[in-house]
Amino acid sequence: MSTTLAIETKNLGRIYKLRGSKKETRKELIALQDVSLTVERGELFGLLGPNGAGKTTLIKVLTTLLSPTSGWARVAGADVHTEPKLVRPRINMVSGGESSGYGLLTVRENLWMFSQFYGVPSKEANERIEALLEMVGMKDRMHTKSSDLSTGLRQKMNIVRGFLTDPEVLFLDEPTLGLDVGASRDVRKFIVEWLKADKTRTLLLTTHYMVEADELCDRVAIINKGRVLACDTPTALKQRLQKDVMFEIETSPLNGLTPQMMEEQPEVKKAALTEIEGGARLQLSLVEESALARVINLFTQKDVKVMNLNKRQPTLEDVFVDLVGRSMAEEESSERSQ
Amino acid sequence: MQTSTSWRSFRMAAWLGWLIESNWTDPFLFTVYSIVKPLSGAAILVIMYGIITQGNFDSPLFPYIYLGNAFYIYVGAVMTGVSWAVVDDREHYKTLKYMYIAPIYIPIYLLGRGVARFITGSIAVFITIAAGVLFLKVPLHFTEIDWLLFIVTLILGVIMLALLGLLLAGVTLTVARHEGFIGEATAGALYIFSGAVFPLDILPEWIRPVGYFMPTTYWLELLRRSLVGNVAQAFPTLANFSNMEILGILLALSIFFGVISIWVFRVCDRIARERGLIDHTTNY
Ligand SMILES: Nc1ncnc2c1ncn2[C@@H]1O[C@H](COP(=O)(O)OP(=O)(O)OP(=O)(O)O)[C@@H](O)[C@H]1O
Ligand SMILES: [Mg+2]
Repeated sequence: MSTTLAIETKNLGRIYKLRGSKKETRKELIALQDVSLTVERGELFGLLGPNGAGKTTLIKVLTTLLSPTSGWARVAGADVHTEPKLVRPRINMVSGGESSGYGLLTVRENLWMFSQFYGVPSKEANERIEALLEMVGMKDRMHTKSSDLSTGLRQKMNIVRGFLTDPEVLFLDEPTLGLDVGASRDVRKFIVEWLKADKTRTLLLTTHYMVEADELCDRVAIINKGRVLACDTPTALKQRLQKDVMFEIETSPLNGLTPQMMEEQPEVKKAALTEIEGGARLQLSLVEESALARVINLFTQKDVKVMNLNKRQPTLEDVFVDLVGRSMAEEESSERSQ
Repeated sequence: MQTSTSWRSFRMAAWLGWLIESNWTDPFLFTVYSIVKPLSGAAILVIMYGIITQGNFDSPLFPYIYLGNAFYIYVGAVMTGVSWAVVDDREHYKTLKYMYIAPIYIPIYLLGRGVARFITGSIAVFITIAAGVLFLKVPLHFTEIDWLLFIVTLILGVIMLALLGLLLAGVTLTVARHEGFIGEATAGALYIFSGAVFPLDILPEWIRPVGYFMPTTYWLELLRRSLVGNVAQAFPTLANFSNMEILGILLALSIFFGVISIWVFRVCDRIARERGLIDHTTNY
C-alpha cells in the first residue's frame, strides 16, 4: 500500500450544469478541465489559485463528495468515483471559512463523536482530543459548547476534527481563511509538525495566499479557470523567473497610463497593476534593470509620482502573473464582473 | 467489520439525534411538542366528532378515530425524524459532507438519527391514548389487549415508516430548495389516505386504491384491532379480513415499500453526488 501514490488524477474534468430560472438560460460551467496530477506519499501539496479557480471542486471530487464528469482520480490507491467505500476510511477533510459542527455539543463531544464514526477506540480518542486541543491552544475550551465559541475557535475545532482520525491523506480547503495572524501561524506550524511525525502522511491544501503556499508546500500546482498551469516545487517555479529583475512600485493615480503602455517599452516583460488607496501598485518584471528608467520616464510624462520603490526576489505571485498575464487580484475581480 | 460499521453508524447517530432532539435545556419547547401539541390535536378531533355524531361516543367509530389519530403521530415522527436529519446536517450544522466522507453507512446513520423522534413520538402517543382512556372513555381494557399482535405490528410498522423516511431522505438530498417541507407534506397527504380518522370507504371510489396500496392503512387498522376488539366493524371493507390476513398484507407491502425506499435512496444519493448537492446550502 505504501508504495502507491497518495493522489493520482488523469484528465479529470468537472462541468456544472447551471440551471437558471428560465429554461433557455441553461448553461454549462467548466470548473475543472484536464487535471492530471500526482502526489507522492509524505508530500505537502498545495493548490494555489484565485476565487473560482476550481480548488474546492477538485477537493470535493477527491473526497468522494462530487462525481467527476470526465477522467478519473485515485486517492490512497482507490478510485474516488467507483470505490468511495475504500477511500473514505483513509481520508479526512476540513473546509475553512465556515462554522460547522453541532452547537449544542461541547468541543469534546463534537470531536469524540466523529472519532467514533471512524472507529477510533474511545479511550484513545479522548487522549488524542486532549493532545490535539493542547497543540492548537484550546484545551481550556474542551468543555465549552461549540455554539459559544468564536468563529476562529470553531474553525480550529474543525481542523482538529480533520487530524483526529489520523488519515492517510488529509485535505484542507483554505485552512487559514478567516483566522487572525497568530492563529494562522499556529495552524501552519501544526500542519508541518503533523506531517513530520509520520512520513507516510500526505496533506493537500488549497489556498489563495501566496506566502502560505510558498512557505509550507513541498510542491504547488497553480490553478486558474479549472486548469493546472504549472506544478512544481516553489523554488523551481520561481527559478523560471530568476533571470528577470522584479520591482514593486507604488505611485500616485496613473492618469491614464496602463500596464500595456509600460509593456510596450523595450525589455519590460510584464507590468501587473493593483489599485490601492490613493494610487496604484505595480509589479514590474524586467529583462534588464536599465528598463526601469524607461518606465520612470513614462511616469514623468504623465505626471505620476513614485511613492515607493522596491527591488525584490520573485514570489509565487510573480509566477502567477507570468503564467496568467495578470495578478490574482485582477483575475478575481474580472471573475466577479462576469 | 460490516456489522461493526453499521452498528457504529447507528449507535452514534442515535446518540447525536437524542442530544439534538431532547435539548433538555429548553423543557418548555419539549413539553409543547411532545404533550401539548398532540393533546390539543386530539381534543379538536374529539370536539368535531362530538358535534358531527351528536355525542355518540359509544359507536366503534370513536375508538377508531381516536386511536388512529394517536398512532398517526408515529408516521410524522418517524418519517420526518429520518429525513429531517438531511436538512439539519446540511443546512444548519453544515456537517453532512463530513458525515458523507466518514466510513459509515449513510442510510443507517439517518435511520439512527430518527430514533430520538421515535422515542419522543412514543411519549406523545402514550400520553394521548392515556388521556383518551382516562377522560374520554375510549374503551381500552388491559385484559382484552392482544399484546403479541400489538407489539409485532408496532415494530413492523416502525421499521416500515423508518424505511419510508429513508425514501424521503433520498428525495430531500436531491432537492435543493424547500426540502424542509417534504416530510411534513408527505405525512399530511398520507393522513387522508391511511384511514387514520375515517375509513377509506368514505373517499370517492376512484381514489380509494391509493389508500389500499399504503401499508399505513393496514398498520393503523391492526393497531386498533389489537387494542380494541370490536373496532373492526368501523372499517367496512377491511372487516372481512382476519387479523392474520391483514398482517400478511402489511408485511408484503412493507417489504415492497422497503425495497423501493432503499432503491430510491441509492439513486438519489448518486444524483446528489453527480450534481454536487451534498454540501449545498440555500443561504436563507
Ligand atoms: N454546485 C455548483 N454549481 C454550479 N457551479 C458551481 C458549483 N460549485 C462551484 N461552482 C463554480 O465552479 C467554479 C469553481 O468553483 P470552486 O468553488 O471550485 O472554486 P475555488 O477555487 O474553490 O474558489 P474560492 O477560492 O472562491 O473558494 C466557480 O466558477 C463556481 O462558481
Ligand atoms: Mg474554494
